[in-house]
Amino acid sequence: MGRDSTLGTLLVALVLCVVCSVLVSSAAVLLRPLQEANKKLDKRKNILAAAGLVSTNPADKKATPDEINARFQARVRRVLVDLASGDVVPDSEEHPYDQYDAREAADTQEGSVEIQTDGPTNGRDRREKLAFVYLVMKEKNDEKNDTKNNGEVTQYVLPIYGKGLWSTLYGFIAIDADGKTIRGITFYEHGETPGLGGEVDNQSWKNQWSDKEHPKLAFDDQGNVAIEVIKGSVDPNSDEVAHQIDGLSGATITSRGVSDFVQYWLGDDGFGPYLKNQTN
Amino acid sequence: MLLGHSLNHYLNIVLNAVFIENLALAFFLGMCTFLAVSKNVKTAFGLGIAVIAIMTITIPANNLIFNHLLKKGSLGEVFGTDLSAVDLKFLGLISYIGVIAAMVQILEMTLDRFFPALYNTLGIFLPLITVNCAILGGSLFMVERNYDLPESVAYGFGAGFGWALAIVALAGIREKLVYSDVPDGLKGLGITFITVGLMAMAFMSFGGINLAE
Amino acid sequence: MAEPKPKEVLLNPLFNDNPIALQVLGICSALAVTTKLETAVTMAIAVTVVTALASASVSMIRKWIPNSIRIIVQMTIIASLVIVVDEVLKAFAYDVSKTMSVFVGLIITNCIVMGRAEAFAMKEGPWLSLLDGIGNGLGYSLILVVIGFVRELTGSGKLWGHVILPLTRDGGWYEPNGMMLLAPSAFFIIGIFIWVLRTVKPAQVETEG
Repeated sequence: MGRDSTLGTLLVALVLCVVCSVLVSSAAVLLRPLQEANKKLDKRKNILAAAGLVSTNPADKKATPDEINARFQARVRRVLVDLASGDVVPDSEEHPYDQYDAREAADTQEGSVEIQTDGPTNGRDRREKLAFVYLVMKEKNDEKNDTKNNGEVTQYVLPIYGKGLWSTLYGFIAIDADGKTIRGITFYEHGETPGLGGEVDNQSWKNQWSDKEHPKLAFDDQGNVAIEVIKGSVDPNSDEVAHQIDGLSGATITSRGVSDFVQYWLGDDGFGPYLKNQTN
Repeated sequence: MLLGHSLNHYLNIVLNAVFIENLALAFFLGMCTFLAVSKNVKTAFGLGIAVIAIMTITIPANNLIFNHLLKKGSLGEVFGTDLSAVDLKFLGLISYIGVIAAMVQILEMTLDRFFPALYNTLGIFLPLITVNCAILGGSLFMVERNYDLPESVAYGFGAGFGWALAIVALAGIREKLVYSDVPDGLKGLGITFITVGLMAMAFMSFGGINLAE
Repeated sequence: MAEPKPKEVLLNPLFNDNPIALQVLGICSALAVTTKLETAVTMAIAVTVVTALASASVSMIRKWIPNSIRIIVQMTIIASLVIVVDEVLKAFAYDVSKTMSVFVGLIITNCIVMGRAEAFAMKEGPWLSLLDGIGNGLGYSLILVVIGFVRELTGSGKLWGHVILPLTRDGGWYEPNGMMLLAPSAFFIIGIFIWVLRTVKPAQVETEG
């Protein structure tokens, strides 16, 4: 049988397909648990980082996976929130928490709604109806004699995403239990230009969001979203200093994107109704 | 509306792909052929046309494959709910490249059969296109950005056109460069890299332009 | 051509016959990941592994590959290897794989892999092909690492994520050159690299063009 005969060609093609598909599929299947674990861990790490419970500063010692998981389980609860009403949807047969993925829901017709707002948006046409909010609980050993505060929420960590210059940025923003003080921000996925827009990962920039001495406020006194990433540096004497964040130098569009989608997610079409429910 | 978006939206995608997110100059894709086949404008033009054709066909084709076979839950829509939990995303790469290789082959045969004159000018470039990263890159970006079918047609055309524009422009510059006195070590490839760098900088000035919808 | 010697096959591509500097192969997918040394090195390793394994496997079955489907057979082998590498990266180096996004997939269309399979592995035995693949992968890595080094150092004052030149905005003295992080700088660096290489080895100067 010549190697260029029709039969030979078909045979080689067939054998090759089988061998390659077995190779690829087994790699994918065998490694999937590890990959899923990585993804989950990364998300947990970022939720904790937004809340200031682990450090992402490269100078500090890295938290081990076990530490992250332990701390996450000890301190964080999640609830599914209907964004439009701000009501919590309980974990039920109809809405099993374990199977819900907001990003998948945003892609489906039934799981999402059209974005309708006059204000800034996250650069998308649709958003998911339901989203997870991560509640950071008070540490149980904080005050030894006080057993009542077991269920007390200290921070709300909200998932946010939106368009920057090249890519969609995904991250978390932590809001204090008072419903307006920002406690921190992280981004766990983006494809912005390293060194320019990619500096959203820069620790010193993120520190502005979690500044304890001069905390940033998400809302003004009337309850409107006021936090803004401005172009250039914030003037420390300005009246608006509590609502302003330095822009990233050389990354005007990424900064504006972040500013817009943070405002969007905190606004009435985003988590605004939920936050108001919690504080009233 | 049939298309699901305003016409402006599609125009926006095309212009974006041509100027702002030019595959060759902003993402460095398709560089091997870009540098190798840009010595004169005529051949560059031929290759450019071939790339436009292939991208306009393969990106929507891969869009269909992704949305109806590979995406989680899509198999369920086609074959019933038993398969709705199957996520075949990991097969993406191999399917896309298969589609591209097959399309290139088909285009080659069609041209040979019906447009022999065009085949003679384009023929030699077609096999090169299979390994042109811009084509595969285009498909991967399409998936990453979640385009629907009409959007992917617009994106495919725009991305191909942008690449063609870049290679024709580079070929034009290189034709003129023959008359320049380039240091020995930089001759040929070296100066070409530097030229491409300067072109990429020029294209960067388009960066971030957002066309109103 | 004389029978190739294993040592030459391995080392030639590094300086005498560098795939990027001389054969203009495989620059496509790589440049966007060279803004940081870490991603550049990961990319370099991934490409070297894929090139070596692809060359070896193509060479092993070269006597059975029908001429008519040669390209697609090579493509399938390469694509499978790339997917495996991608999955492994996602499982064991999640943070790095996140920043490399689609560019790992683009190794498939990296002309070095395909070029070596077609030009060398179809003719020579598996052992030599493996060495040739490693050699070309290393030649490619060399340039990638050099570019990554220069870009990360001048662009963000860091190496492998560690601060080397303290930046002015963090209270240091170094004002980073933002352009080094953008696309064009990679071209300039390669252009200059080629210039240096050809000044050292004048035999490689192109006479025309």
